[in-house]
Amino acid sequence: MFDASANLKKRLKSERRFQIFCITAISFALIFVLILFLNIFSSGYSAFYKTTIAIDVDYSQVIEDTTQFAAMSDDEINKLDLFRFSKKSIYSLFPDIEDRKEKKLLIRIFSIEYEDEIKQFLIKNKENIKKIETVYLTASDDVDQVRKGNYPRDLPEERRRIKDIQLEYYDILENNGRVKYVFNIPFLTRGDSREPELAGVGGSIVGSFLTIITVLILSFPIGILAAVYLQEFAKSNRFTDFIEININNLAAVPSIVFGLLGLGIILNVFGLPRSTPLVGGIVLSLMTLPTIIIATRASLRAVPPSIREGALAVGATKMQAVMHHVVPLAMPGALTGTIIGLAQALGETAPLLLIGMVAFVVDVPSSPLDASASLPVQVYLWAESAERGYVEKTSATIMLLLGFLILLNLTAVLIRRKFETKW
Amino acid sequence: MGLFLILLILTIGAFGFFIGRLKAIKLRSASQKKITSLNHYYGYYIAIFAIVPSLLVFLAITAFQGYIVEVYVLSDFIDLNPNLLASDKNLLLAQIINTSEGIKLFDEISPLITDAVDKYIYIEELIDTLTYVIVLSVAGLLSLFAYVKIKSNLDSRKFVESFLLILFFTCSLVAIMTTVGIIFSLLYETLKFFSQVPITDFLFGLNWSPQRVFVRDSGDLDTRDLQNAFGALPLFAGTFLIAFIAMCVAIPVGLMTAIYLAEYASPNLRDWAKPIIEILAGIPTVVYGFFAALTVAPIVRDLGQNAGFTVSSESALAAGFVMGIMIIPFVSSLSDDVINSVPQSLREGSYAMGATKSETIRKVLLPAALPGIVGSFLLAVSRAIGETMIVVMAAGLAAKLTANPFDAATTITTQIVVILIGDQEFDSPKTQAAFALGLTLFIVTLLLNFIALQVVKKYTERYD
Repeated sequence: MFDASANLKKRLKSERRFQIFCITAISFALIFVLILFLNIFSSGYSAFYKTTIAIDVDYSQVIEDTTQFAAMSDDEINKLDLFRFSKKSIYSLFPDIEDRKEKKLLIRIFSIEYEDEIKQFLIKNKENIKKIETVYLTASDDVDQVRKGNYPRDLPEERRRIKDIQLEYYDILENNGRVKYVFNIPFLTRGDSREPELAGVGGSIVGSFLTIITVLILSFPIGILAAVYLQEFAKSNRFTDFIEININNLAAVPSIVFGLLGLGIILNVFGLPRSTPLVGGIVLSLMTLPTIIIATRASLRAVPPSIREGALAVGATKMQAVMHHVVPLAMPGALTGTIIGLAQALGETAPLLLIGMVAFVVDVPSSPLDASASLPVQVYLWAESAERGYVEKTSATIMLLLGFLILLNLTAVLIRRKFETKW
Repeated sequence: MGLFLILLILTIGAFGFFIGRLKAIKLRSASQKKITSLNHYYGYYIAIFAIVPSLLVFLAITAFQGYIVEVYVLSDFIDLNPNLLASDKNLLLAQIINTSEGIKLFDEISPLITDAVDKYIYIEELIDTLTYVIVLSVAGLLSLFAYVKIKSNLDSRKFVESFLLILFFTCSLVAIMTTVGIIFSLLYETLKFFSQVPITDFLFGLNWSPQRVFVRDSGDLDTRDLQNAFGALPLFAGTFLIAFIAMCVAIPVGLMTAIYLAEYASPNLRDWAKPIIEILAGIPTVVYGFFAALTVAPIVRDLGQNAGFTVSSESALAAGFVMGIMIIPFVSSLSDDVINSVPQSLREGSYAMGATKSETIRKVLLPAALPGIVGSFLLAVSRAIGETMIVVMAAGLAAKLTANPFDAATTITTQIVVILIGDQEFDSPKTQAAFALGLTLFIVTLLLNFIALQVVKKYTERYD
């Protein structure tokens, strides 16, 4: 006889198994999101802090009467040669050190721009410089990483970049209360640098901003007008179909192909300058146009015909009906689409690599025609560097990038929530 | 200076708008005849005449400026040596421009260059002045013309509206221009490439080492070199290997996620789980690349070594795995939509026969939704093939033919980036090879998308 209960048990078991598979799959995806974010945040947040070490600078050795600094212009101070003086100030931390090699190692605890930092302190406080001032100098990347616990101290000396004696100096300085852990403002304002502790994302933030503004200026009007044409005015014929197929195809073309387009046409045929946010913006706008057009068309389609008919009934022309009544109602949808397109453009890297936006740029760009990097490209550049300090910088850059993306997407969601009309 | 000129043109346009409107108002009060259009259309009428032609003229001059300057400045050099290479011309021009800006790269400057610098400064100034004169006079004269043309019988609304329609139409043409631009730029370089390297060698050759061509002076390239350096088969194999690994992750996870969200999850869970999974699609690929290279690759290497495999530090497995994660939302949200669109009556019919939920899903829903699901897989594959940053950062650079997921593999996109990053020399087969790879990529992804759409269109059953 057919045993129904055994069969049912088997079927229920398989039901449960299937559910468990499903739950495993979805938790796998969710956990991965979590791991990714945790991983980035845990390795990146420390880049927003840096280690500084106090030294005593006897400015009276530069000019006996320190009140005279107030009369000097910034330029004059910048031109002073304080190199030996700065070194001496650092040596004064450990007056007992005689050996040249050890002196050199002591200097290496600090970032190479110590002279400049001593000058900047002078410029900032020139009105009332005391004879002896305490100046906080940026520590070198190796020391910084030790302070942050990213460098294991117990490695054998030859496998460490930081020498035992330097660690000793550092520990003494820390015990004397000379080490201070401060918020790393230069990281947000400065350009790239070959020294991890001096490198900042300021340049690439500005570069990304200029690129995105270019994208906005180009793709927003073109995208919306194209969508209005296709949705409201175009007669349905072969040519219109062709345009539509084109737009859908472009949405699926890999981004790197747009980079080849930028290289082959925009750089080599039109001769626009390489590595600039302008060219990056043009390439990315071509890439985001389909997104904007598709989103705008969808929201134009959602405007009920009664709106158009009402306008036409009171004597508006077709153009007036569309521009005065339909387009304003479709604007929230169009804006949402644009912002999502901008978010895509902000995170895009591959096309920018091909048009040369990977140059090592120290200066913060001031116009779309200056060579610059962008946030994702900066991530790529730093991820390829070997120094430990760049790893936390890369993660921190990713944090900023994700922050901007979340901000953009939140704006899109808010606009949709606030202005969306259900008909 | 370009920005200033554009601002000037816009100012003239704004001025024209007010004048036009004013004239219309005057006409309306003075004449007994009816005026066809609203006042502001007369303003727009003048503004269009003032702005559009002058902007076009300005763009045209800017486009040709470089060419004119080059021909004029380099005329002496070309007289001396008629077969001057394009690259030499660019060098000379760069030197001249630098010298004119006071940057000295060489101690000695030949008299020919000094002459050219004078010529350069002269022609630049001349063109600048001429641009201003021409563009501003075009704007001024045409607005005057438009002003004179405004009479009571002029239907300016019609003019403005047809202008707008043409403008809208032009905007929608940008999509076509982009496609044409892509195809043109890819084809142009690719054809040059195939004139040096036979297409069969490219498609079926087993050895990919373009850097070898790079090392030699491109003047005396050996044809044998060319033949052996550009066999792209290892790249195709690597691309498909990594895409395959990615799909092995994305298809089961994505599909199961979709099924769970569509069939099992409570609306509440669905509301917050779906956006979180879609975050995966919004994360920039460079972030995945970083994660793959620094976190996943070492884990894969350690795991593999513990299991007794030799795993290279840039394994195809790590790159493919992370890429698979990236693609999950593409599979899951499309499949989710398809499963949701299967009519409720099919489910209820199945339940009525006594089937369990999972049986309904496996035997009724999935077959009914299959075309859409396959379509979503194909779209995901095309994503995986075109993905660049993950493989650039986490997969290898050396091309070798391998099916071992623990080995390093390189892909089409990686090689495009490797070849074209930094300074490229144009007209070398190496650079052209990158465009040939790009064309291959373009065609393959286009085909995949086309097939996906066809599958969905052709095999989807209509239930209502």
